[in-house]
Amino acid sequence: METTTAVAWLPVCHTTDIPADGGACALVEGEQVAIFNFARRGEWFATQNLCPHKQQMALARGMIGSTGETCEPKVACPFHKRTFSLRTGECLNGDECSIQTYPIKVEGDVVYIGLA
Amino acid sequence: MVPQHVPTVVVIGNGMVGYKFCEKLLAKTSVFKLVVFGEEPRVAYDRVHLSEYFGGKTADDLLMAPLQWYHDHGVVLHLGDPVLEIDRASQTVHSRSGLIQPYDYLVLATGSSAFVPDIPGVEKEGVMVYRTIEDLEEIKASAATARSGAVLGGGLLGLEAAKALLDLGVPETHVVEFAPRLMPRQIDAAGSQMLQTKLEALGLQIHLSKATSSIAGEGKIEALHFGDGSILEVDMLVISAGIRPRDELAKLAGLEVGMRGGIVVNNEMQTSDPRIFAIGECALHGGMIYGLVAPGYDMAEVVASQLTQGTRAFTGYDMSSKLKLIGVDVASFGDPFIAEPHSRSIVFEDAHNGVYKRINISPDGKLLLGGVLIGDAEAYNMLLQTVNNKIALPPHPEDLILGARGAEAAEGAGVLSLPDDALVCSCEAVTKGAICAAVTDLNVTSLDAMKKCNKAGTGCGGCIPMVKDLINGTLTAQGAYIKNVLCEHFDYSRQELFDLLRINDIRTYDAALNHFGKGDGCETCKPAIGSILSGLWNDLIVKHNTIQDTNDRYLANIQKGGSYSVVPRIAGGEVTPEQLMVIGRVAHKYGLYTKITGGQRIDMFGAHVSDLPDIWEELINAGFESGHAYGKSLRTVKSCVGSTWCRFGLHDSVSFAIEIENRYKGIRSPHKLKSGVSGCVRECAEAQAKDFGIIATEKGWNLFVCGNGGSKPQHAQLLATDIDKDTVVKYLDRFLMFYIKTADPLMRTATWLNKMEGGLAYLKNVVINDSLGICAELEAEMALLIQNYHCEWKEVVENPELRKQFTHFVNAPKVKDPTMEFEEMRGQKMVKAW
Repeated sequence: METTTAVAWLPVCHTTDIPADGGACALVEGEQVAIFNFARRGEWFATQNLCPHKQQMALARGMIGSTGETCEPKVACPFHKRTFSLRTGECLNGDECSIQTYPIKVEGDVVYIGLA
Repeated sequence: MVPQHVPTVVVIGNGMVGYKFCEKLLAKTSVFKLVVFGEEPRVAYDRVHLSEYFGGKTADDLLMAPLQWYHDHGVVLHLGDPVLEIDRASQTVHSRSGLIQPYDYLVLATGSSAFVPDIPGVEKEGVMVYRTIEDLEEIKASAATARSGAVLGGGLLGLEAAKALLDLGVPETHVVEFAPRLMPRQIDAAGSQMLQTKLEALGLQIHLSKATSSIAGEGKIEALHFGDGSILEVDMLVISAGIRPRDELAKLAGLEVGMRGGIVVNNEMQTSDPRIFAIGECALHGGMIYGLVAPGYDMAEVVASQLTQGTRAFTGYDMSSKLKLIGVDVASFGDPFIAEPHSRSIVFEDAHNGVYKRINISPDGKLLLGGVLIGDAEAYNMLLQTVNNKIALPPHPEDLILGARGAEAAEGAGVLSLPDDALVCSCEAVTKGAICAAVTDLNVTSLDAMKKCNKAGTGCGGCIPMVKDLINGTLTAQGAYIKNVLCEHFDYSRQELFDLLRINDIRTYDAALNHFGKGDGCETCKPAIGSILSGLWNDLIVKHNTIQDTNDRYLANIQKGGSYSVVPRIAGGEVTPEQLMVIGRVAHKYGLYTKITGGQRIDMFGAHVSDLPDIWEELINAGFESGHAYGKSLRTVKSCVGSTWCRFGLHDSVSFAIEIENRYKGIRSPHKLKSGVSGCVRECAEAQAKDFGIIATEKGWNLFVCGNGGSKPQHAQLLATDIDKDTVVKYLDRFLMFYIKTADPLMRTATWLNKMEGGLAYLKNVVINDSLGICAELEAEMALLIQNYHCEWKEVVENPELRKQFTHFVNAPKVKDPTMEFEEMRGQKMVKAW
């Protein structure tokens, strides 16, 4: 079910700050947010930077990719390769842990993160 | 309007079985309101893998499900609030905090507590049990200072506890057992003897037939006194003498309990009050307490079924088990003890390798009844299935434990020959039929996907090899051709892709994916293609940084906590006093922990990502380059001091090592490469444990290849004898290039040679006799790689765009990761444990 809670859009960085088909971490209202420029798909994603497996601030440094028939976009933690859906935050290795995702949009050359 | 009554199920106990009951009931229906009372302050966690808490797992890793799960599923959870009374007349339970909760059905999953025998002195400080996370924390604290520790009880849990003490570094660890052998309930005398020999070799001291009469010490434990008058001095004691069912609440409520404890239940898991059920280690079924998790899960399933008008019943449980005790496989299945005249046994004993196997077969030789495996339990799953499914034995049943010794393979159809109702995953009750149907009907083709689909393999994990075999076997049976492919995005092997990218002049990952792949790539194919591109063109790795593993992306080694370590190149291990001072200055300035590595280098740990370019700049200005302690590339060429100083040395091994290290540095390969050069046959550089090793002889050098240290050590093999330096280099160019072009991703040279058809003889023919006619090509390709070498760190230092990427926060480049925490140890900084 889609809920339409109003989000506040905060400008966070420029599009050129995030490497193509890679990620970087931004400080947003004291939170560490991983921002991914999925250039190959022309999509942007944002998740928490913390990998819940070993509590490491590392997801922004992970490799991104896709899996399955539906080409689910995903990120792999650089520490032990737990992978998470960039859309839903669900852990794709069958673990119970999942990560938070954030609304993200690009206007001009500015990247915005939506906070509830 | 009268509100509709929502039937309420109250669960007392939030352990593994209590949690599993909630999960199973919720999977069947949502008509019940579920209320759970737990005594511990934590949500249910995995007690089976408790010892992994010592191995670095955190309490959170062990959770059955996070707190959020209970909220998401509408389960009301009261933690740290034990139920004190059950009022059966009013159908309510009363908790310590004063809650009065009505129930329609009540499930007792109160588990068990550690059984503590009544030995004088048992209350002394330093005497502990092994049961909860809190117990483990206490053990951990005691072990830090203990010189000698003992475990009371040589059963399954006792040996687990002994392993924990070994892992915690207690210098002397003893196991004290009352019975004349270890694990008396699971394995026979001969098996126990073999297990004991193996455990003693690992440093455990084992004392059998010992009745502990008292625990001596002034307030704190100092020694154990035994009935035979002997004394054992210890600073700590972990009691693991069995379990005692938690039935006090049931007893108080007037439910029937067993003479020696346990809440009496029928096949429906009902207690003497039909509205009240008991499951797990607190339940007494047919005179038995089941102290394993799998039967507990089965009981949970029975109650969930009963509450939803199902007909599942509990009719006892197979207590077969397999585990790895301190690195030794131990398994027992079916009836391990049955003997003449009810069965005949086949026994295999190999004292040299510490392997004992016994199978018990029916007198007519048709059926397998049970057995014991020590030291090698690979056959466990198949043997257990053979017992449970009453599969007819082959004409030579000894093949089951000895393997086929003739020309024919004994494996037959293996797991695929099992009947569909054979239980493969007993923790989650998943049958062979369910696994195969998931492959054929739901297109589940990987282990991860199977775990998500039906939870097979998510419990103890023992069935994972069978699940994998079933997936691959079913796919093969369907006609799917199981090919050696990189991953779901590329239907080619690494070697095929190497040729395809070369012939088609492909120079980027995206181009490779567009031409030969599908989807958007992943963490497997990206670094593999990165390695191939490097092996072909040796382009700067930083130009392709988002397809690299994190160490190759940041040109340093990521460590716990997210900091990096820097290892300056010290070719051959030769370093000047001035260079040592530079390293000292840099480490001091950036607050880095320093340690000498195993490869004759100095490692500096704890660098913030934003400091890396500054550190490299200072090193480069002082004539260093940072080095590859990361990357699938040449690490170090270790050397002994050789003929320049050593009175035994035949040739100058240091100069040769430096030459070799500088020749191949920076070249990417399928896996890491290590090397060594020794100046004489004494072999101080340990060259025969390396991917390539060179040893001086009277007449020249001997060249060894494909050795390996690490988890599966393997000696390098002699490729050529008494050759001169130029020939060594020529053969090495050919050998390394051949490896780079043909190995699978992450395959070391040793494995590569082991899998090579024709083995060393074939490799010699290719590299020395040019049997494939490719040597000129290999040499030219290697020359190109060497010529294209660039200092990748210098590239970052001099390129502002690249340098900008070395920050933790892209929008606050000066802020370092505030979550990174360090503590002090022996005068240096140390990262906090995870």
